[in-house]
Amino acid sequence: MTEALLSVDRLTKKFGGVTAVDACSFEVRAGTVTGLIGPNGSGKTTAFNMITGYLRPDSGSIRFRGETLSRPHPAELYRRRLSRTFQQARIFPELSVEENLVVAAGYTWRQLFGQRVSAADHDRATTMLAEFRLEPLAALPAGDLSYGQRKLLEFAAVLMSDPVLVLLDEPTAGVNPVMIDTMEQHIRSRHAAGVTFLVVEHDMQLVMRLCDPVIVLDRGAPIAFGSPAKVQSDPLVLEAYLGA
Amino acid sequence: MAPDAPDSEALLELKGVTAGYGAGLILKGVDLSAGQGEIICLIGPNGAGKSTVLKTISGLLPHRDGSVTFAGEDIGRLTSRQRLDRGIVHVPQDRSLFPGMSVYENVMMGAFILRDQALVRRRIDEVSERFPIVARRRSAAAGSLSGGEQKQVELARSLMLDPALILLDEPSIGLDPKSRVSVFASISELARDGRTVLLVEQNAKSGLAVAHRAAVLESGRVALTGTGEALLGDPEVARLYLGASASERR
Repeated sequence: MTEALLSVDRLTKKFGGVTAVDACSFEVRAGTVTGLIGPNGSGKTTAFNMITGYLRPDSGSIRFRGETLSRPHPAELYRRRLSRTFQQARIFPELSVEENLVVAAGYTWRQLFGQRVSAADHDRATTMLAEFRLEPLAALPAGDLSYGQRKLLEFAAVLMSDPVLVLLDEPTAGVNPVMIDTMEQHIRSRHAAGVTFLVVEHDMQLVMRLCDPVIVLDRGAPIAFGSPAKVQSDPLVLEAYLGA
Repeated sequence: MAPDAPDSEALLELKGVTAGYGAGLILKGVDLSAGQGEIICLIGPNGAGKSTVLKTISGLLPHRDGSVTFAGEDIGRLTSRQRLDRGIVHVPQDRSLFPGMSVYENVMMGAFILRDQALVRRRIDEVSERFPIVARRRSAAAGSLSGGEQKQVELARSLMLDPALILLDEPSIGLDPKSRVSVFASISELARDGRTVLLVEQNAKSGLAVAHRAAVLESGRVALTGTGEALLGDPEVARLYLGASASERR
């Protein structure tokens, strides 16, 4: 069996007296849309933050594409083609919507000021704007967008970075149901093109439609793993998360 | 306007409300009413102006034309603080806890305009009972809680003033399925206590299910109103606003 695309081994993080992530081990295999679910406070976002270099683990290790990531830095991970979104979308509020997308294609500030944006990247940004129905807003400062629109923009920006692995932290929270369908289609089409996803999401119908396998965290470590059908009927998961 | 919405008895009434930032208008003439003890759910696409409606009611964004009436009084030119005094609270969509302060301190901030300390202590016992996380994580820094946990503390804080009107902007955002069920149950309870709840919710199925009435906001105007049940069952609403997958979910 080949090595997983991403694996975390005995990852641990404490905040004061609370152990947010507790000797947590799991894998994400290439070509999957893996779901990461669990109750509020079970450590999902903290695990994301450690994998993507926003928090340093107290102990444990992270491997991505066969290499150990010691002290990963977000910019370095971007170059290694690992990208993520946040629960509260992080965008550049003073740049226009279109500029947010172009920046995400990997330009340096120097190149941007020199207006050396390739026609191909400009076209990609334009296509992305159309797909997410952000076209009428292209010239607006991104800070003027509504909460849901910011999430769409952030998601589109992540796709501009041509990632191998994308970590999505509650991609549909606060997003209109019609647009959720659009995001789902985007995840599916990128998945079909070979991109691997790790998705934290509370919309169980979406998780059950989209993700396989599903990892269930509780109190900082996995309590179940397997197909959506399997975890959905697991008594531990029913008790901890879904509610019987 | 739905037939079960007698305007004369409305606790809250918006007429022809316009509002926006800079030169642009986000709300282009919103008419909306809510009676005492009623749950009204606002749905609509991202950017339609749902959050802006709540801001014009709580005073975070002054409206331009039209009127905002609460309990028979034109409150359109009152400050946010004056509206708080009248029992209008607003739980915004973005995180609003002070991350370095404890859970307890954050909840106490919800009562900052109260002087009666015995009343404040009674209220904090009540909200701790409704939201157990307030007692369980009492001394934890709010910033150390997960996103969903913070949402529950924000809801708890909003009840410290025993408000008559609660404006909830996406209360279920980031909540796990169990907590979501309990939050919507709490919202129904609040209405049974006689409070009015104006709810913005993208989780339209749950929002419409608890709402007495609902309004669809589209491009800054109310495009459609009806009972929550009626909108949930309307195939056109499902197609335009609830998404294809929403109909599968039912």
